[in-house]
Parts: sequence; C-alpha cells; structure tokens
Amino acid sequence: MDAPARKSKLIRGATGDWEVIIGMEVHAQVASRAKLFSGASTEFGGEANTHVSLVDAAMPGMLPVINAECVRQAVRTGLGLNAKINPRSVFDRKNYFYPDLPQGYQISQYKSPIVGEGEVIVDMPDGETVRVGIERLHLEQDAGKSLHEQNPTMSLVDLNRAGVALMEIVSKPDLRSAEEAKAFVAKLRNVLRYLGTCDGDMEKGNLRADINVSVRRPGEPLGTRCEIKNVNSIRFIGQAIEHEARRQIEVIEDGGAIEQETRLFDPAKGETRSMRTKEEAHDYRYFPDPDLLPLELSPALVAELKAHLPELPDAKKARFMRDYALTAYDADVLVAERETAEYFETLLGGSGTAQRRDPKLAANWVINELAGRLNREGKDITAAPVSAAQLGTILDLIGDGTISGKIAKDVFEIVWTEGGDPRVIVEQRGLKQVTDVAALEKLVAAIVAQHPDKVADARTNPKAIGWFVGQVMKASGGKANPQAVNDLLKQKIGI
Amino acid sequence: MSVDAETVRRVAHLARIAIAEEEVENLRGELNAILAFVEQLSEVKVEGVEPMTSVTPMAMKMREDEVTEGGDPDAIIANAPAHAHHFFLVPKVVE
Repeated sequence: MDAPARKSKLIRGATGDWEVIIGMEVHAQVASRAKLFSGASTEFGGEANTHVSLVDAAMPGMLPVINAECVRQAVRTGLGLNAKINPRSVFDRKNYFYPDLPQGYQISQYKSPIVGEGEVIVDMPDGETVRVGIERLHLEQDAGKSLHEQNPTMSLVDLNRAGVALMEIVSKPDLRSAEEAKAFVAKLRNVLRYLGTCDGDMEKGNLRADINVSVRRPGEPLGTRCEIKNVNSIRFIGQAIEHEARRQIEVIEDGGAIEQETRLFDPAKGETRSMRTKEEAHDYRYFPDPDLLPLELSPALVAELKAHLPELPDAKKARFMRDYALTAYDADVLVAERETAEYFETLLGGSGTAQRRDPKLAANWVINELAGRLNREGKDITAAPVSAAQLGTILDLIGDGTISGKIAKDVFEIVWTEGGDPRVIVEQRGLKQVTDVAALEKLVAAIVAQHPDKVADARTNPKAIGWFVGQVMKASGGKANPQAVNDLLKQKIGI
Repeated sequence: MSVDAETVRRVAHLARIAIAEEEVENLRGELNAILAFVEQLSEVKVEGVEPMTSVTPMAMKMREDEVTEGGDPDAIIANAPAHAHHFFLVPKVVE
C-alpha cells in the first residue's frame, strides 16, 4: 500500500494528479447442494419459500448444524488463493434487523475467519503483473429476498436464499484502477470456477462485489473511502469505480471533504449515489454464536483437500506455454474459462507432450473460428455445435492434405449448422483437395494459355505468380492443393 | 463500567424494544447491577487458560451436503400474520 504510486494509473484532475485506491469484498456463493446450516436446497429460483427449512425460517428451538462440504469448499478456495488456512475459526452473530433476516442476526465469522492472508496474481493485458493481497476469507449466511414493487403497502419476503453459504473474500487495498479491479474480479472468478467452489454466475448474483474507493494525491496518506455496495457485473465494477473516483476528486478539488458512506451504483445512469436512508452508525454487536462450537480443521483434512486441488489457471497457462509452445496471449485466452481449456486439450487428443495434433493450429481454431462463431451467436463453449472430436477430425483432414485450410472453414460451417462427421461430409460433397497432378496440369495449362501478358509479367516479377495461383484455385472451386498448384505453375511458366 | 441513560435508550433501540422514558432510569439501574455482577469475573486470573467452549471436549457436529428439508412452504408461512402466494407480507421497507 505504501508502494510508490504507479504513474500510468494516475487520474488527472483540475489541480494535478490523483491516485485511486481500491479494495474489494467479493461475496461468492458456495457451490453446494444444501445450505450452510440446514438441509434445505440451494437451488436458484423456485416458488417462494420452497427451499426453506425451519432453521432458515428461524423458528424457535431450531439449531444450526454446519454443512461439511461448505467447509471443504472454503478450504479449497483458501488453498487456491495461496492463503493461510486457520486450524480453528469461530462463528459469530452479526446482529441487525431486516425483514429478510428472520434470525435477527447473520451467522458470520468476525475475529477468527476460516482463511487468512493470501494472494492473487493478476496479469494485465498490457503485460503488467499486479499482485493483489487477500486479507481474509470467511463463511457466512446469505439473507432472503425482499420484493417491494408487487404490493402498494407491503413488501414480500422469500427466504429461498436465506441461509445459503457465502464466502466473503476481502482483498487488501492493492488495486489502483478500474481496469485492475475488473481484472482482479475476473481472475478471482476464474479461480473459483476452476476450483468448482462457486459457479461465478454474476447474473444470478452468485458473485457480487462491494467496492471500497478512495483517492489521494500521490505520496499522501489514504483518503476517506466510500463503499459501493453489491455490484454484480464486471463491466459495472469498472463504471462504478470510474465514476466514484471522478466524483471524489471533484468534491475535494472544489474544497469539499469526502464523507465516509455507503453508496449504490445505478447501472442505468452509470453513476453512484448515496443510499437514501442514512444508516445509523453500524453497531452489529458481534459475539460468538453459542449454538456453534469453534470450527476445527485437522491438518490431515487440509492436506487431503490440497492434494486433490485441480490445476489452476496460472499453472495451466504456464504448462500450455511450456508443453505446447503457445504464446502468453494464446495461453491466456485458452485458460480464461475452464471449459475452453478443456475443449482445447480434448482437441489436442492427449495431454503432456504426447499430443497428436498441432497445438498452434488447434489454438488458432479454438481462439479464432470457434470462439468467434460462439460469440456471434452468444453461445457457451459447452453448447458448441462443433464438438472437439469433430473439430479434431477437420484438423486431421487439413493435416493429411485432404482439404485446404479454406475448405476446412466451409466444412466447419457445415458441421456447425448441420452436424455430422467431417470425413463423410468431405467425401460426399466432393470437397477433397485435388492433388491429382494430371487434373491440375490441365487447369494450369488452360489459365496460362489465356493470359500470355501475365506470364511475361511473372517471368520478370516472380511474385506475380500469386495471381495465377488464385485463378487456378478459383477454377478448382477452392479444392486444388495450393502448394501443388504453385509448383506446377513454376514449371509451366519456367521460373 | 457504568451505563448511562443514553446507552440504555440506544441498546433498546438496537434491540427494537420500545421503552417509555420513565422506564429508563430503572433499566439503567438493572443493567448496571448485572454488569457489576459479571464484573466479578475479572477478579479471576485466567492467564494461559484456554477459553472453554464446551463442558465436555467435543468437536462440532457436521451434516453431509444433502437436501433433506424444504418443499413445504405452507409450514413455513403457517404462523405468518400476513402472507400471499407463499410470500411473507411485511410492512413496506424500501432501501
């Protein structure tokens, strides 16, 4: 935090440069079947109050019993964030009143969280590496949901979400720009998805962020911060920070002072505003929950979970670069979603150095053709109409010279829209590359005969042969083998 | 540690308990008596003694990650003063 201000990150105000200081609290819903302290389902949606047990509804006499899998998920996440796992942590009651919190308190962890300090390494698109400290991770309950618009005088409360396990992941104030904050959340989301500890679905609110923003002149002490609550998309996180930093700079430059407060981001207007109800100073009166014993983790359990962690994005990227000789850019794109990386490796047809297909060619097809086509149709790679096996066959057909790269794109398109075995498609529709020298010679001879002027051209300027190659390819319907055509032309023209 | 009248009012408000102004003084006395009673514990030397969380040494019981409850919204709202379509109805709260 006391590191010197990075010049490129400064924002220019009317009176000079400003540094933005950002810390995040990310709430990630734990991937589990049942809730943190009850046996009710965590399933999204459903009729009101159908995924609710008497524990979640806080009926008298009900006692919480912790879900072992939620504990394991928190530990896995801590390990994935290179963080310290605390062998003993404590659940506390955070007391406040709101209609969607029937207990009158949220069970959370205050002084003794399950996971302590860790670190996330964020690679920025410009090649810079930002190390973001993790302060802590703790387990807590989600609240229910209130609906205010359905009834003129009453609010509706649905407790389906109440009691679902959340991980609150708190970063250190190590971020210095909206771009860094966005990249941090994207990376964190990716790590959680690789670990399988949170599905990262921001649209459903399964991953959301509170953002602490303050500004200062470089070298000065930290300014007063404002907290922007519950931002649920990476794009909005960027917009909220941009706007909030600008707002704070303007206030200070106009001679005002920043008041510490909670603000909301309004996506429609792209701005943050003070929450209307001025909350009274928070006084949560935390105390250890007498219904729950301290959470003790044996070293054996932690070691076992560690031994079974999946390969995480950083390690996968390094391996792709090392084993497949991919560029950092290609590797980054391929590991950015777990499913993309899986598709790519299935396409290679083997892991490690024993792969069968050319990694560079495979990477190009996944990153350009496949990802481009998926984007255009707003489809997820898991729903790709061209399977890794089908695309693999197309690559094999290119590799053994059966079809040209250009025809391969046509075959890809046919498989995308109609499905089927690429080999059969190529066979039945006569898309095979013509390598039959006799047939090609005929084409070459005809075209050379038609264009004596261009022939003269090509003799003085060998590059002009490209024009002939194009003509022959066209005449063959794209099926001629370009290399063979090139060779024949050189012979025929005599260069 | 001694509680003043303002603290009594604040604690009552935080607990959402309505108290009449004439009750404040009486409650202040009661709270201070309780605190004084508990204060006696500070006379005990506890340095190096681990806090006791349970009378018999035991580990926290855990449940497996299985859905065993829910699916009965009628039971959940059975005692609600007001409800509609299986939602609880509460006085309007707008943030």
